[in-house]
Amino acid sequence: MRLWMLMIAIVVLSCISLFIGAIDIRLSDLFNGNTDKIEIFLISRVPRLMAIILAGAGMSIAGLIMQSLSRNKFVSPTTAGTLDAAKLGILISMLFITNVTYTQQIIFSFLFALVGTLVFMQILDRIKFKDVIFVPLIGIMYGNILSSVTTFFAYENDLIQNISSWLMGSFTLVISGRYELLYISIPAVILAYLYANKFTVAGMGEDFAKNLGLSYKLVLNLGLVLVAIISTTVVLTVGVIPFLGLIVPNIVSLYLGDNLRKTIPHTAALGVAFLLLCDILGRVIVHPYEIPVNVTVAVIGSAIFLFMLFRGRAYAKK
Amino acid sequence: MIQIKDLTKRFGKKPVVEDVSITIEPKTITSFIGPNGAGKSTLLSMVSRLLEADSGEVLLDQNSVRKWKSSEFAKRVSILKQTNHISVRLTVRELVSFGRYPYSKGHLNSEDEKFVDTAIEYMNLGDMQHKFIDELSGGQKQRAFIAMVIAQDTEYILLDEPLNNLDMKHSVQIMKILRRLVDELGKTVIIVLHDINFASVYSDRIVALKDGKLVKDGPTHEIINSDALRDIYDMDIPIQEQNGCRICIYFNSHT
Repeated sequence: MRLWMLMIAIVVLSCISLFIGAIDIRLSDLFNGNTDKIEIFLISRVPRLMAIILAGAGMSIAGLIMQSLSRNKFVSPTTAGTLDAAKLGILISMLFITNVTYTQQIIFSFLFALVGTLVFMQILDRIKFKDVIFVPLIGIMYGNILSSVTTFFAYENDLIQNISSWLMGSFTLVISGRYELLYISIPAVILAYLYANKFTVAGMGEDFAKNLGLSYKLVLNLGLVLVAIISTTVVLTVGVIPFLGLIVPNIVSLYLGDNLRKTIPHTAALGVAFLLLCDILGRVIVHPYEIPVNVTVAVIGSAIFLFMLFRGRAYAKK
Repeated sequence: MIQIKDLTKRFGKKPVVEDVSITIEPKTITSFIGPNGAGKSTLLSMVSRLLEADSGEVLLDQNSVRKWKSSEFAKRVSILKQTNHISVRLTVRELVSFGRYPYSKGHLNSEDEKFVDTAIEYMNLGDMQHKFIDELSGGQKQRAFIAMVIAQDTEYILLDEPLNNLDMKHSVQIMKILRRLVDELGKTVIIVLHDINFASVYSDRIVALKDGKLVKDGPTHEIINSDALRDIYDMDIPIQEQNGCRICIYFNSHT
């Protein structure tokens, strides 16, 4: 697959995404100065598209970085407790700070995501049995433990409904003024690209990285900070989108390898295209209602994931 | 020059390397030999800074290796540990290019490219340079990693059991390449070997360890004799000379 093909796909899907929805907006409406429709277009459709692009690129790259640093193809923010820790962080901020501000939520969620992922990497360091499938299973269990803690305290404090809205990744509520946090992920993505070579070297192991004079711990920590930033911004604005950070980098790795400098642009582009497609499907299947994007991503994603597990076990192990 | 002085490393209370002092002669192949658990790999890891010593020091050009900057050290000393488990999908050329990382930080200039080309040619990897390393056989993979080390262009090349999992033909190929690196390019190679006969045929000096202690250190011909080998391995090993090579016939020794 070529980068330009993905780009064309993204442009086409973006246009479709802008012009479907409960209210019929045509290109001519925009040119004729139909103020109502232009307003909907700018307040709802454009922000939604931007959110999809930023979340799609961000989550895919976060997954790619985690797979490289953990040296396991099946580790991603969803299978390492990152997203669950971010959710726990939001809950804690709501419990302990009265009239919690958005900024405080962001900081709590970021710190929890970071520490949560760090703890998982520590666990990974200690276990002896590093099977490709065993490791993400531990991650999923770990995430579920964090998640059950969140649910327990949310239940005790009547915040369950609030919590489940973050559980559900959806672009339905994305309107102008409610998604701009996602722009923070842009510098994170750029940094990821600039550090791509370092992540690739770190992905070959600590001894290998040290041989080439790379400060391994520093790169590892920087990578985890980037993952935490991206995950936090996505969870707070869109919610949890499963599988994206898992399947997209793996597909790219299959045809392009693991040289991050080369794969990051493809991974971002494929992530955006895939998420756009899933969102569009969710919007047309039950038109004029919507299926949340996490459902469509999960259905399509889990099918691809299963396929990868069966067919790809050999490839991931090599 | 690399000097190892009174180096000691303990894992828990057990000393794995104890008071070892060796001087590595430049432009030679020095083999570390000894029974399992003698501390050979640990010693090599300390020389290359992958492990920190508990006491004693390793000097590179009279300066303790701990005081060297990582990026400068990586231009002087390279180490290749057992590489069979590396799972990253890179092409051979990409892998070799990462050998230039200490110089270029990943942005290769034309001089770096030249080093990469030379290394690939030297290891005879031209036709497979665009293949992924996970598609290569064990011997080809090992050659690719050595090509990377050649591109890294360090004076010292440290290898931890590079013949592991290789068949006879590929083992001989690798050892001949190491010999050429020393004889043609003036490198200094330190290598951990299991097979005493490869050590005997290809190395200039042999360092023998046993239970973490240095038992023998000298030119190959002084170590490869039945008396010295008895001290190292507790086995009676007859030696036969064939075309100038001393071969240890240990297969049916009394143990």
